[in-house]
Amino acid sequence: MNEESSTSLESEIQRRQLEQARELVKLMESGDDLQAGKLIEELGRMHESLLFQQIGKLTRDLHEALNGFRMDSRLSEITEEEIPDAKERLNYVVVMTEQAANRTLTAVETVLPLIESLTQQASELGSDWQRFRQRELSADDFRELSRKLDLFFEQMNQNSELMRRNLSDVLMAQDFQDLTGQVIRRVINLVQDVEENLVGLVRISGQRLSNPDAKFKQEQKDTATLTTGTGPTVPGTSDAKQEVMTAQDDVDDLLSSLGF
Amino acid sequence: MKILIVDDFSTMRRIIKNLLRDLGYNNTSEADDGSSALPMLQNGNFEFLITDWNMPNMPGIELLKAVRADARLKDLPVLMVTAEAKREQIVEAAQAGVNGYIIKPFTAETLKEKIEKIFERLQTAD
Repeated sequence: MNEESSTSLESEIQRRQLEQARELVKLMESGDDLQAGKLIEELGRMHESLLFQQIGKLTRDLHEALNGFRMDSRLSEITEEEIPDAKERLNYVVVMTEQAANRTLTAVETVLPLIESLTQQASELGSDWQRFRQRELSADDFRELSRKLDLFFEQMNQNSELMRRNLSDVLMAQDFQDLTGQVIRRVINLVQDVEENLVGLVRISGQRLSNPDAKFKQEQKDTATLTTGTGPTVPGTSDAKQEVMTAQDDVDDLLSSLGF
Repeated sequence: MKILIVDDFSTMRRIIKNLLRDLGYNNTSEADDGSSALPMLQNGNFEFLITDWNMPNMPGIELLKAVRADARLKDLPVLMVTAEAKREQIVEAAQAGVNGYIIKPFTAETLKEKIEKIFERLQTAD
C-alpha cells in the first residue's frame, strides 16, 4: 500500500473522529442521550469502514503483485528450463574434464615405460661401448654388441613414433579448457540473471513491479546469441531444440549440400 | 605461409599453433578476438585465417564478414574452428564466404584434411 495516501486517509479519519468526539461531549453535557447514542454508533461504523477499505486495498495490491510475478516470463523460464539446463551443462564440464584427465594420464602411462626401457638399453650399450674402446671385448662380445645396437636403433624408431603420438594426444586433450570454459561462462551469466531476477522479486514483494519488457528483451536476446555464439552443444539441454550438427561429417554434408 | 589464429582461449590457440607446426607451418600469429585480429590482418600480409566463433567484443562471424567486406582482404582463405554447431550458424558462415568449418572438439587429422582441401580448391580456382 502507498504509505503517503494511507497516512493522509488516516489523518482525515482522525480529524473527523476528533470532531465527532467533541460533538459527543457537547451532546452528553447538554443531556441529549438520544443524539449521543446515535453518534456513538456512527463512530463505530466509521472505524469498521476504514478497516474494510484498508483490507480491500491490501487484497488488490497482493492480487496485482501475484499477477505481475506470474507474467514475468523470464523468471519462469529460468526455473523451468535454464536451471535444469545449467545442471546438465555443469555435468558436461565434469565429464569433459574427467575425459581430458584420463586421456592425459593414459598417454603419460604409455610413454613413461618407453623412456625407461630406452634409458636402460642406452646405459647397457654405454658400458659395452666403454669396454670396446678399452679393447676388452672379444670378437663374440663385439658381435653381441652390434646385435644389441641394431635392436636399440629399431626400438628407438618405434618408440619415438609412439611417444610423438601420445604427446600429441596430450596436446589435443587440452581442448577441454576451451570447451568447458565456454560452458562455465554461460552458467555464470545465468547465475547473474537469477540474481537480478531475485532482486526484482524482492522489490515486487515490497511494491508491485510489473515488467512488461521482460519477454521482449528475451526475444531480442535469443536472436543476438546466434551471432555472438552460445558455446558447445550440451546434450540434454535446450541446445537440442535447434538443429545441431553433432559430428564433423554432418557439417561436411551440410556444407557440400550448400555447394562447398 | 603466414597464418593468424584467432581464439579467446589461449589454450586453444596453443593447440592449433602446435598442430600447424606439426604440419610444417611455423609462421603463426595469435589474436584473442575479432577486434584485435582485424587490424593485424589489415597490416600484416597474412595468407590464411583460422578463427573461433564465440568470442567477446567481435565474434568470428563478424570478423569473417569484415574480412570479406575489405577490398584487400576479401580473398583471404578463412577456416572456422568452433564449438558453434547449429545448422543456422553453419549456413550463415557459408553464406558469409567461409572456406572451411570445423566443429570442436576436432582431431589433428581433421585440421590437416580441411587445410589441404582449402588450398587444393584455391589452386584449381586460379
